[in-house]
Amino acid sequence: MDSVRTAAEPVVRRSYGGPGATGEPAIALRGVVKRFGDLTAVDGLDLEVPAGICLGLLGPNGAGKSTTMRILTAQAVADAGVVEVLGYPVPRRSKHARAEMGVVPQQDNLDEELTARENLEVFAHLYRVPRERRRAAVDDALALAHLTERQLTRVRDLSGGMRRRLLIARGLVHKPRLVLLDEPTVGLDPQVRSELWGLIDGLRAGGTTVLMSTHYIEEAERLADDCALMSRGSIVARGAPAALVAEHAGERVMEHYGPPHRLAEIEGLARAAGLPTRRTGPSVSILRAERMPPSLADELGPDGVSRAANLEDVFVVLTGEKVE
Amino acid sequence: MSTAQAGTARTGAAAPAGMPLRRFELAALRGTWRHEFALFKRFWRTSSFAALLEPTFMMLAFGYGFGSLVSMIGEYRYLEFIGTGMVGTAALFTSAFPGMFNPYIRRVFQHTYDAMLATPLDVHELVTGEVVWLAGKSSIYSCAPVVVAMAFGLDPSPGMLVIPLIVFVTALGFALFGMWTSTVVPSINSFDYVITGVVTPTFLVAGTFFPVDTLPGWVHIAAQANPLLHCVELVRHAVFGFRPLADLGHFAALLAFAALMWVIAVRGMRRRLIG
Ligand SMILES: Nc1ncnc2c1ncn2[C@@H]1O[C@H](COP(=O)(O)OP(=O)(O)OP(=O)(O)O)[C@@H](O)[C@H]1O
Ligand SMILES: [Mg+2]
Repeated sequence: MDSVRTAAEPVVRRSYGGPGATGEPAIALRGVVKRFGDLTAVDGLDLEVPAGICLGLLGPNGAGKSTTMRILTAQAVADAGVVEVLGYPVPRRSKHARAEMGVVPQQDNLDEELTARENLEVFAHLYRVPRERRRAAVDDALALAHLTERQLTRVRDLSGGMRRRLLIARGLVHKPRLVLLDEPTVGLDPQVRSELWGLIDGLRAGGTTVLMSTHYIEEAERLADDCALMSRGSIVARGAPAALVAEHAGERVMEHYGPPHRLAEIEGLARAAGLPTRRTGPSVSILRAERMPPSLADELGPDGVSRAANLEDVFVVLTGEKVE
Repeated sequence: MSTAQAGTARTGAAAPAGMPLRRFELAALRGTWRHEFALFKRFWRTSSFAALLEPTFMMLAFGYGFGSLVSMIGEYRYLEFIGTGMVGTAALFTSAFPGMFNPYIRRVFQHTYDAMLATPLDVHELVTGEVVWLAGKSSIYSCAPVVVAMAFGLDPSPGMLVIPLIVFVTALGFALFGMWTSTVVPSINSFDYVITGVVTPTFLVAGTFFPVDTLPGWVHIAAQANPLLHCVELVRHAVFGFRPLADLGHFAALLAFAALMWVIAVRGMRRRLIG
C-alpha cells in the first residue's frame, strides 16, 4: 500500500520552509468556542498538533470531534478563539489551508451516480492537481484504495467497505500535507481495517500530519503518536497512549465479577482505599491495582482477574462514558 | 509570533505552480464544471430529451391549436410570435427547475456540497460554477423553438446569433433564483409552492403566448417586473430587428435580475452550508 505513495512524487508541491521545517504546528487551536443555539459544541478548545505526527482524537458521541474538524476546514466558523491550520489563519485564509489538506468525513458524501474513478477525477480538479499529473494522481489513489479493478463501477454499486476506502482515497488524491480522518474505519471488516491502519501508518511515515478521530481504542493505541481525549467540547487529557494510561489508570487493573450487590460492595471497598473503579458490564474494574493494599486484596478474595491497564480505562475514567 | 508573515510567505509555494489562490478563481469553477460534466455524460439523454422536446411539443400544439384561430399577433405571424416567445419559456424551465432541485438534492440528500467545500472551493465559487453550467446548457437547449419555427418558415436573421447570450443571462438569473429557493424551502415538496406561485405566473405573463398589453392595466404594469418578459422582448427583437434603446433597457433588467439573485443565492447557500 504505502509503496504507491512513496514511489510517486508529491502531486501538490510541498511548501518548503513550512511547518515541517520550522517546527511550527500543523494545527493550532486556542480558546476555540463553537455554539449551535444554546448548545456549546466546542467549549474553549486548545489543541496543538505538531507537524508530522498522528494525533488520535478520542471522545464520546457528541464531544465535538466532528465539529472541530469542520472548524479546521472553515465549514464551521468558530464563535471565539484562534484557529491556524498549516500556518494559515482560518477562516480568513482557509482556502490555502484546504488546498494542502485532505478530509475524510465521518459521513459518506461520495457522488453515488459517478464511478469511483470519476469521483477521484472531480476531486483532483477541485484540489487543483496540475493537468499533467492528474491521471497519475487518480491512478495512485485508486491503487491506494485497492479499487483499480473497480474504478469504472458506480459508487452506488460498491460495497460499504469499498466506499469507505474510496472516501479515504479521495482525501489523499492531491497528496496533502495534513489529513483529517473522522472515524475512518467505521463499519469495516477487520481485514480492511488493518489494511487501512497500514495505510494511515504509511502516511505518517511519509511525513503527513494526521488528525484522526476514532471510537476504537485499539486504533488509537496502534496508530497515534499522541492522543487527545475530548469531552464536552474541550480536551481533558493529552499525551502518548502509554503515558496517558500510566497517568490515569496505572499499570494493572483487577476485574471482579459477581452479582450486583457484590459489585457495589467491591466498588465501595476500592474507593475507600483510594483506588478509582469503573463498571464494565457485568464486572467492576479496579484501576491502579498495583497499589492495592494487601488487606484489600485479601478482602476481595482470589477470584479477580488481573490485566494491564489500557486506554479504554483512561477514556472511561475521564469522560465517565463507555466506548465500543 | 510571525504566523501571519509565515502564512504570506508560504502562499506562492503552497499553491500548485501558476495558481495563486485568490478569492474568485476560474480553476475553482472548473472543478465544479468537471463534476457537472461527469454527471452530464451519464444523464445527457434524459435531460436533453425533456429540455428539447417539451418546448417543441408546446410550440407545435399552440402553433397548430391557436394558429388555426389566430393568424397574426400585431405585426407577427402567430407561429413566429410563439416560436420566439417559447425561447423564454425554455430558458425558464431549463434553468429554474434544475436550479431548484439539483442544489437541494446535492446539499440535503447527497451532501455533495459538503465534500466539495472541503477543497479549495468557496461557496460563492460553487454557486457561480453551478449556475454558469446550467445557464450554458440552457442557452443551447433554448434555441430549439427557434429551430422548429425556422422549419415552419421563420426566416433566419443574423440577430438570432445573440439569442444564446440573451438566454444565458436570463437563465443565470432564474437558476440563481432556483438555488436561492432551495435554501429557503423546508422540504423538497415545498417547491410546489414556488412552481405554482412563482414559476407558472412568470411563464404565463411574459408575452409568450399572448401580448401582455391585452391584460388589465395593473397586470401589464406588474409584468414589467417579470425578467422573462424582458427576455422574450429581446429575443423577438433579435429575430425581427433590434430597437437599440429599449433593448439596452431589457438587457440591463436581465443583468440586474441575475446580479440580485446572485447576491441572495450566495448568502442563502452560505447560511446553509457553513455552520
Ligand atoms: N450543525 C449543527 N447544528 C446543531 N447542532 C450541532 C450541529 N453540528 C453538531 N451539533 C451538535 O454539537 C455537538 C457535537 O457534535 P459533533 O458531531 O462534533 O460530535 P462528535 O464528537 O463528532 O460525535 P460522534 O462521535 O457522535 O461523531 C452535538 O451535541 C451535536 O448535536
Ligand atoms: Mg463525529
